[in-house]
This record gives sequence, C-alpha cells and structure tokens, in this order.
Amino acid sequence: MLGGVEGLFLGVIDWGVVRDNLFSELVLRGVWMTVRLSVLAMLFGIALGTVFALMRLSRLAPVRWASLLYIWLFRGTPLLVQIVFWFFALPQLWPEWAPWDGKLSTFQAAIVALSINEGAYMTEIMRAGIQSVDPGQALAARSLGMTYPLAMRRIILPQAMRVVIPPTGNEFIAMLKSSSLVNAISVAELFFVAKQQYSSSLKYLEWLLIISAWYLVLTTIASLFQAWLEARYRGPAGAASESVFSRARRPAWMGGR
Amino acid sequence: MPPLLELVDVHKAFGRTEVLRGISFSVEPGEVVAVLGPSGSGKSTLLLCVNHLERIDRGRILFDGRLVGYREQGGRLKAEGDAAVARMRREIGMVFQRFNLFPHLTALGNVMEAPVHVLKQSKAEARARATAMLSRVGLGDKLDAYPSQLSGGQQQRVAIARSLAMGPRLMLFDEVTSALDPELVGEVLEVMRGLAEMGMTMLVVTHEMAFAREAASRVIFMDEGAVVEDAPPAAFFASPRSDRARQFLSRYGR
Ligand SMILES: Nc1ncnc2c1ncn2[C@@H]1O[C@H](COP(=O)(O)OP(=O)(O)OP(=O)(O)O)[C@@H](O)[C@H]1O
Ligand SMILES: [Mg+2]
Repeated sequence: MLGGVEGLFLGVIDWGVVRDNLFSELVLRGVWMTVRLSVLAMLFGIALGTVFALMRLSRLAPVRWASLLYIWLFRGTPLLVQIVFWFFALPQLWPEWAPWDGKLSTFQAAIVALSINEGAYMTEIMRAGIQSVDPGQALAARSLGMTYPLAMRRIILPQAMRVVIPPTGNEFIAMLKSSSLVNAISVAELFFVAKQQYSSSLKYLEWLLIISAWYLVLTTIASLFQAWLEARYRGPAGAASESVFSRARRPAWMGGR
Repeated sequence: MPPLLELVDVHKAFGRTEVLRGISFSVEPGEVVAVLGPSGSGKSTLLLCVNHLERIDRGRILFDGRLVGYREQGGRLKAEGDAAVARMRREIGMVFQRFNLFPHLTALGNVMEAPVHVLKQSKAEARARATAMLSRVGLGDKLDAYPSQLSGGQQQRVAIARSLAMGPRLMLFDEVTSALDPELVGEVLEVMRGLAEMGMTMLVVTHEMAFAREAASRVIFMDEGAVVEDAPPAAFFASPRSDRARQFLSRYGR
C-alpha cells in the first residue's frame, strides 16, 4: 500500500526509538535546559545590551570606544570560540578561577558565554531603539527635573521598546538554536543529549528527529509570542504611530495601569 | 528684591556658528518678558541655556542668585553634577513648540509623572493636584486621553499643566503657539495670560505680537545672537529704535 519512498523512509527509521524517547525524562531535561539557558542568557544579554548602548551614546569618547570594542570583539568572533574560551581558556589565563574546581560550573560558563555574546547584538538593537525616540522627549523629561537615569527608565526606554521588540524576538529564536553550541562544554541541553545517545546507539536519524521536533516546538511558541507582542505594540499596518500607546491595555512596564 | 534670573555676557557657539554673542539682561520676579526676533537669532538656544539643557561657553547665568550649571570653587567655575542640575530644573518650567508630551502616558499621567518620580509625591496627592491643574487649563474632561487623541491646542495646554505641576518659579515658553492651527492659538494664549495675571515670572519667545504687546511687561528683541532692544512693549511697538526691529515689525505686523 505504501509508495516506495515512504516505505523506505518508514523502514529506515526505528520509530520505536523515537516513540520511546520523545517524551523521556532525559529529553525533557534537555528541553528544560535549553529553555533555561536561552531565557537567562537573553535576559542578561538585554541588560548588557542596554548598558553598552548607553555607553555607545555617551558624550565621553573613551566610554564610546569601550562599547565599540565590546561589540567588535564579541560579534566578530565565533560563539563556539567564546564558549570554549570561558570554560577552558580563562582558567589557563587566570589559574585561580578554575571551573573544574567548582568555582564556575559548565552551566555558569555557558550562561556567561551566551549572555556576553548576545549582549553585543542587543547593544546595537537597543541603540537603534533609543535613537528612534524623538530628542524632544529627553528635553521635556530633563526640563521637568528628571535625572538622566530616571528620564531613561521612565520616558526614553519605554518608547524605545516599539523598535526594540521585533529584532529582540528574532534574537531569542536564534538563541534557542545557538544555545546548542554549549554541548562543546558538556552542558546537557537538547543537542548534547542527542549527541550522547546517537554516539552510543548510532541512531542518528532518530535522535535528530526527536530534538528537531522539540526545537520546532520551542521556536514556534517563541514566534507566536513575538507576533502577539508586535501586534500589541505596533499599530495597524505596521504604522509606527503614537496610537500604539493609546491602547488602553498595556503592561505595567510600559506605564500602563 | 534681587532679579529671579540674570544673564551676564552669555556666549554660545555650535562648532563655528556663534549663536549667542554676549547676552545680558535680568528678569525680576513677576515680570513677563517677551523675546522677539527673526528665525535663527538664537531665541530657542537662549531658553535652553537658561535651563542648562545647552551648556554655555562663556559668561554666567544666575537663577535666584545661584549659578546655573556651575558652582564656584576657589574662584573657578566647576560644572555641576547631573543631580544638582536636575534639582535646579524643578524650579524652571519649560514649554516647547512641539509640545513633547509623553505619548505613552495619558494627560493625567503626563502631569503626574514628574511630581511622583522627581518630587516623590504620593500617587494620590499627585493625582489630585494633576486633576486640579488640568481643570485649570480647561481639560478636566480629558484626564484619561492620550496625547494622540488630543488637538494641538489641548496637547499644549497639557504640556503647560505638566510644567506647572512642578511648582516652578520661572516659566520658559518657546514659540508655544507656532505649531498650532490658527483657531487653536487663542486657547493657549488665554492660559498664558491667566498665568501672567497670577504673577508667574515668564520668559516668552513668541511671534504673537498681540500677546507681547498686551501681556508682556517688557520686550527683548534679539538679532544674530545679541539683544538689540530691551524696552517696555508700548515703547518698543510704537517707536523701535533699531532698523532691524523696524524691519522685523513691518514683517510680523505691529
Ligand atoms: N544643536 C545645534 N547644533 C548646531 N546648530 C544649532 C543647534 N541648535 C541651533 N543651531 C543653530 O543656531 C542658530 C540659532 O538657532 P535657534 O534655534 O536658537 O534660533 P531661533 O531664534 O530659535 O529660531 P526660530 O525662530 O527659527 O526658532 C541657528 O542658526 C541654528 O541653525
Ligand atoms: Mg526657535
């Protein structure tokens, strides 16, 4: 009844392995680790990006240079190199800080590597967001006696969000997948789990199917969330208008009630 | 009484462009000073300098006898920090040509923002005051409207209320009716007249000659970064002394 290609397909794959492992504890732990790594590194990346974006826009030249150096270094070298650096090479450079002595776990090294790398990309996204806000807003805020940090937090950054949210969503989707690179330092995220299993069982196809299905689930959820956020913060037909903020229902961090 | 605001030989350049070339004048408490002058004469820059939103290159500005943006230390001027400058700005309100309302906040939110976060008033207190302030400028029924839902004249009145909510002792107005449709100019000028009558000290950059003539106690005419005339409105409009003022008046009407 089955055609040749389908028959071959079904015949080659050991569906039993897929069925038994798709929801196994091992795989679910890997999924959870991938989610944890991605969310944490993204949050730290956003924080770093905000700080370095403000430095990038500083009046002081050396401060701007420090930010440019950061972007140049961490956006210009492979993430894999950075991951290996933080876990293996840093202790060589600074022997007292030896992760395998329990001072920095593989998980911590992974978070450091992913966060700092993400921060470099987020810096440019935050900079563009801040610069998209009318300079008159800063003038008005300062004229009311707001200090620079207060004006940033209450007036400028909330308005920058409209421009910041879409590319940040893309960054998060990319992060879900690139977090798999930390398998290089044996963090048991989704890909690492599969790698260990197919190395011993040689069921490559089966394990790639299992984790790809999970990656698709995660990225689909993330895309839906991104679309929801964008629809909420961008006016109809993508018009970046003030009406965006006129919506009655907005989260508290946008100044809503 | 000492002047509330005093400018002494104020200079300001943007790169090679000299925008203010030795401005000196003072404003007494309760005075309403209209600043007139052709486009590019440095009027906006002057107001920004008074608030230290632009830093001056030379001379000094004193607000209530205190240096603006600097402090004297061993006979030399040292730049003030962000917090000290911000504290001084609480007492100087500023209203802009393009309103600069916070688009993500309602009218009430715009007016409450600084009292709550700068003056640390309680939300309830700030809300009560903001409501009263908005009613005073005729917007008691627009508390929950976002700026994009308001007309230009209404937006500008919210902006005035937002400044007044800080309890300033000096108000700076920079061509606040220039971006408005002609039929909306009157409602904003009316609010400003009311303020003047209540004794608010005001420095008003404007092209509204009628306002300058009727509401101002003094007119300062600027051209090319200098004060060309400084006279009571009656004298200035009846017999301007300089050719440049005469030319200006013939263009904008007396
Ligand atoms: N931030 C700036 N950088 C460079 N040049 C500036 C800046 N701000 C103002 N200028 C220049 O300074 C001069 C005076 O500008 P200013 O805005 O103070 O004039 P104005 O009297 O307010 O004019 P208008 O009536 O058109 O508002 C202009 O030549 C302007 O181009
Ligand atoms: Mg101007």
